[in-house]
Order: sequence, then C-alpha cells, then structure tokens
Amino acid sequence: MKILIDEGKCVGAGQCVLAAADVFDQRDEDGIVILLDAVPPHELLPQVQDAAARCPALAIEVVE
Amino acid sequence: MTNTQHTRTQPTVRTCPFDPPEEYRTLREQAPVTPMTLPDGATGWLVTRYEDVRAVLSDPRFSAKRTIPGAGSPEMNDAPVPPPPPGMFILMDAPEHTRFRRLLTGQFTVRRMRQLAPAVEKIVAEQLEAMASAEGPVDLVQAFALPVPSLVICELLGVPYADREEFQRNSATFLRLDASPEESQQAQTAMRGYIHQLALAKRENPTDDILSELVQSGELTDEELAGVGVLLLIAGHETTANMIALSTMCLLRDPEQLGALRADPSLMDSAIEELLRYLTIIQFGLRRTALEDVELHGHQIKEGSLVVASLASGNRDAAHFTDAPERLDVGRPFSPHLAFGHGIHQCLGQQLARVEMKAALSGLLDRFPTLRLAVPVEQVPMRDNMLVYGVHELPVTW
Repeated sequence: MKILIDEGKCVGAGQCVLAAADVFDQRDEDGIVILLDAVPPHELLPQVQDAAARCPALAIEVVE
Repeated sequence: MTNTQHTRTQPTVRTCPFDPPEEYRTLREQAPVTPMTLPDGATGWLVTRYEDVRAVLSDPRFSAKRTIPGAGSPEMNDAPVPPPPPGMFILMDAPEHTRFRRLLTGQFTVRRMRQLAPAVEKIVAEQLEAMASAEGPVDLVQAFALPVPSLVICELLGVPYADREEFQRNSATFLRLDASPEESQQAQTAMRGYIHQLALAKRENPTDDILSELVQSGELTDEELAGVGVLLLIAGHETTANMIALSTMCLLRDPEQLGALRADPSLMDSAIEELLRYLTIIQFGLRRTALEDVELHGHQIKEGSLVVASLASGNRDAAHFTDAPERLDVGRPFSPHLAFGHGIHQCLGQQLARVEMKAALSGLLDRFPTLRLAVPVEQVPMRDNMLVYGVHELPVTW
C-alpha cells in the first residue's frame, strides 16, 4: 500500500486524523495534512481506506 | 424546462420530530434528482441520495456562490450572481475560499480541539452545577445547551460573553426561514458592526484569541474580518447548541439507546456520530449553483440552476447506511455521514463540535441520572422554521 496526498486540495477538516492517527496528522500552523507514513503496514489498510473515503476534499489516494 | 415541472416543493413537514419528512424516502427511491420549488419560493433541483449529495458537494462545477431566486428557469440563466458579502467564505469557491479557510484551519485541528477538552469540560461542569441548584423543571436550552457552546466560541474568538443577548438575537433572525430579506440584512449588518468594533479594539490591545490573531495577521481587510467573525460566531453556537438539546430529547425518548449509552460510556464517540447522522440539523440541505450544464441521473441540470443537496435525506439512505438507517443505534459502526456537509466547505468547526458534544452529553448524563422530559413530547416546540433544526426550548426535570 502506498499513499499519495494532495496538500493543495486539503481543507484541514481533520477526518483523516480521526480515521488513522498513525498515518495522518495536521500541521499546527494551517491544519493541512501531514503524511506520517507513506507506506504503512498492510494491517492499517482499512483505516487508511476509511480516511480516504472520509476526506471531504478527495485529497487522499491509496495505491494498493 | 417549463414551470410546470416545479410543482413539487421541497418537503418540510415532519411526522416524527427526529425524522426528516417522509417524502424523502419516496424521492430517494423514485426521483433522486427532481425539479422542485424551495420553501422560500426559489426553483431548482433537489438531490436526495447519499452518493449524489456527496457528488454534488465535491464537484467544482457546482458553485457555493449565493444563488438567485428563480435560478433554474431558462430566463434567469443570464442573471449575474451577486458577489458574496466580504469574508462570507461559505459562499465562495476556490481559490477565493481557500484563502480564508487556510487562515482558520490551524485553529481547529484535531489536536488543538482535543487540548481544549478540559476547558470545555470545566464550562460544562459549571453550567450543570448552576442547573442543579435550580428546582426542576428547567429549560435545557437556556440553562445548558446554548450557554456551553456560546461560552466556548466567545472564549475562542475573543468575544465578550456579556454581549450574548444581542448577538444571539441577531443570529436567530439570520437563521429564521420566515425572516424578511430586510430583517436578515439588518441582523447581519448589526453583527458585522459589532465584530468590526471588537476588531478595532483588538488592533489596539491584542488578546489571546482568534480575532486578535486574524487582526495581527494583516491578511484581511476590516470588512472581511467582520464577515469571518460573524460566520464563526453564528456557526459556533447555533449548530452545537441545537445538537446538544435535540440529542438529549432524542435519547430521553429512546430508553433502550439511552440505557445502552449509560451502561457503556465508551459508546459515546459512536453515539455522537450516530446522533449527528440521525438528526442532521441542517434540515433544508445545502444550496449550490451549476456553473455549466451538468448531467445527473439523466437530467440536464442547466448552467445557472440551483441545486439543493439534502444532507438529511442522504443520511437516511439505505444504499449507504445498509443496517436500518431509520433507527437510532448508538453502537452503529462508523460510516462517513453528511451531517457536516461534504466537499471543500465541510464544517471547519467539526472537531470542536465533537469535543463540545462529548463533554456536554457525558456531563449531563452523569450529573442527572434521572433526567427526563417535563412535558409530553408533542408539546416541545420544534424549530421547524429554522435553517438549523432543533428545539426552541426543552423543559426537563430530574
């Protein structure tokens, strides 16, 4: 699994952090997504997929 | 399109205070994208299925810019869309919207809102103590549901809570469906003037709050700052206040679900997401305008048409919430809901709302184990005519 994020699209809603806190965080200054782990272990796949589905700005892409 | 196609009006009449109008179910099944007349007389398209609501709200071809009465009829297609009032970024598209949103997103991150939780819990505890010292029955809205988010947003923004009477009144006018355009305009002008004066004071004497930070950032004109301040103040207390009161009423009417929640407080997070989904207080949905011709389920949505995405209907769509969506289930496994909207405008303050709801509902249930309605449910005045649904008052006792 590989994760691609688009900072330009991100609107800082924080959904990805709720879904997968081990993989996503937010920058303190503007709330934009930080990818903590671009190639997370496979067992986190459901959480990462949840994060991508929740993202209101479609800023997360999961490549399996 | 002919006018005769607009004979259907957006459903507004509820048979149960916790359910959206029954007609939405039929619309989802038989006419998921349908021409209709809105409660205020505007005409456009009503979108009722979960997937379609998400699609409309995340599609840049549907603009958030202020729509015009009559949009959707061919003769109005060339009418210019007026610019949004300065700072009203919920009525803007990218990249204009982005500039405002990015100034604020850092203030409402998951981490910052969780850090705020102890302060919110303290406010909750103080309000509950004051409520307990009164003899029941009390109106839960005035004693608890409204003060908690009002105190929190005042603290965050740097607005004196002592001024609440005026801004709460103006904010209520702004959200009333039957307010005349003049009344709405007056309320908005009064609030803008109020925030503007506050911002001027903060320019001289900055304090530790969002308004001061915005003033000091130098990124916004005075007019824009006033618009942003008004938006945050309204959004910051009306929505959460209504979710707290309506959720309480809903749980008190559902002993099984309330019992499950009391028996296992670890269900609180899922209960909050479920209450957000089930009650969806942005009851008339979100309005968008087609920037070009768009095809949706075989319908040609013409450029300039008004489209209403029904969050409340989408949140009851059995195609997405496959396990009895008409039922409140505090243990329902999470699935993304539409209560905070979708797309680039999805609620900026949603993490704050979650923290406030959790502190408020946990605190209330703990402090009053015998809490109950003090009047029959049919006597509770519902906010049927408000953009934000909920209760006008909620008499409770214990």
